[in-house]
Amino acid sequence: MATVWVVAELAGDAAAPVTLEVLTHLRTLGDTVEAVVLHPDGASVTSALGAHGAERVYLATDDAYRDHLAQPAADTLAALITEHRPDLVVFGATYDARDVCGRVSARTGSTMVSNGLGLRRDPDGYLVESAIFGATVQVTTRVTGTSPLVLIRPRSFAAEAGPARDPEVVAVGRPIPEAHRRVRRLESVTAAATGPRLEEAPIVVSGGRGLQDPANFRMLERIAELVHGAVGASRAVVDAGWVPYARQVGQTGKTVKPTVYIACGISGAMQHTVGMKGAQHIVAINKDPDAPIFKLADLGVVGDTLTVLPALIRELEQRGG
Amino acid sequence: MNVVVCVKQIPDPGGAGRLDPTTLALVRDGVEVVLDPGDEVGVEAALQIAEATGGEVTVVSMGPERGIDAIRKALAMGAHRAVLVSDPRLAGSDALATSRVLAAAIGRTGCELVVAGTESTDGYTGTVPSAIAELLDWPALTFATAITVEGPVVRIQRQTEVGHDIVEAPLPVVVTVTGGANEPRYPSLRGIMAARSKPVARPSLEELGIDPATVGGEGAQQRVLAATPAAERAAGEIVADDGGGARRIVDYLATLKVI
Repeated sequence: MATVWVVAELAGDAAAPVTLEVLTHLRTLGDTVEAVVLHPDGASVTSALGAHGAERVYLATDDAYRDHLAQPAADTLAALITEHRPDLVVFGATYDARDVCGRVSARTGSTMVSNGLGLRRDPDGYLVESAIFGATVQVTTRVTGTSPLVLIRPRSFAAEAGPARDPEVVAVGRPIPEAHRRVRRLESVTAAATGPRLEEAPIVVSGGRGLQDPANFRMLERIAELVHGAVGASRAVVDAGWVPYARQVGQTGKTVKPTVYIACGISGAMQHTVGMKGAQHIVAINKDPDAPIFKLADLGVVGDTLTVLPALIRELEQRGG
Repeated sequence: MNVVVCVKQIPDPGGAGRLDPTTLALVRDGVEVVLDPGDEVGVEAALQIAEATGGEVTVVSMGPERGIDAIRKALAMGAHRAVLVSDPRLAGSDALATSRVLAAAIGRTGCELVVAGTESTDGYTGTVPSAIAELLDWPALTFATAITVEGPVVRIQRQTEVGHDIVEAPLPVVVTVTGGANEPRYPSLRGIMAARSKPVARPSLEELGIDPATVGGEGAQQRVLAATPAAERAAGEIVADDGGGARRIVDYLATLKVI
């Protein structure tokens, strides 16, 4: 029987949501699912990994995996892959995973596929589903060779725990050479945010260039507050420094699948739509009637965003009061 | 300090991308090819570091010969020379093969710092820079939104899912830059003129020590089986704002029972 690995990550002291999403999905493929955890606090997540499908967990807990970027994790993972030859190695598409995946590929000669949205198997092996051209075209890629590496985007699957079970935990102790401890993480800063998390909010109110001034994002914050939603942003305004990167929705940002996505002054470039196309309902406000965002919108309002938003706040306030 | 910047020539991201229905490869004929906008940020970062430390910038790229215009743009911005690895046998290469070729070309330059965009705007695989770092056995500072060089140490602000980290490493090092890391300069007229006479080396795969069997579509351990249009969303209702647009939105949210 084939064996698939999930390279687990932690978010705080819990398993990262994307790790549990991927485990949940792999469970349905019928292969043996195992996980690798390289983190000083890794022992705290093994039972969650087990409940989501991992039968065995390779666990290494050296501080180096947290304090030094990519190289210690790549060393250990490449060595484990060479020793055990899993049929597939799956990562969540996070920043740290991208760094580790590229290095492991160079080390093991494994091919890698990024931005996976789906994963299935047929008698000949594994197939990765992804999307290109702003998610207008779906691509199926067959991966072959030794232990192919696949990065799956967050929120591609829903996480669901199965029956509780304690996986077999295999302690891994590998020496990490001094030469691979050269990148030091000196500080980690979490951007302050109020309200629901962007990825989990039922309503996302996003702004783009059409807001014209960073100060106008306060209107989006007010709307988000009134509808119990979260504020998102296009890449253009994040790159311009108006709002922190943690708010960015799109190809290089977050993928959101809220009940309602409200795009304010966003033209709808492919870079952006990749991250929000999965919303159940889409509302768009834009003064350009030809803006591509209107092709996605269930309700589109052609008008000046800076006029519509204050009116929207008044309407919502009246409704609430 | 001498700096290498990796760049890619991509189909104009403003245009509509197309796949060849038979080969499932990206259609490049008749499509304008430009310097990847993400790489313009890389070129700018490389130029700033070289200018501050008294060094030169070498552009390294792999791709078809017709992408030379994208490389000339980087030279027009101020880079000093370029290396273009162009060989029909490279067509269809996967990310690992691309990394091997670029790492081999970089290794010959004797630089101490490599700058790259975090990912290309067309394929957005985003794993090539870290694979290059591994092949060079260098550390990598990734997803930089700001870079400072103090003597032999490079420190960056690194974008994370929840905020940012401060990360540093000694030279030699690979640094990847995000779209907002700087404001790329426009090439001056003088820069554009000067770019025409700047040297562009074209090493062969053999000169780089690359086994042709490991690159191109044949060497790739992945193959696109199918490319199909994604399901379209049903057309929605588009209204002009006559003062009642906000009310329409609120009514719509109410019918969805989210407010």
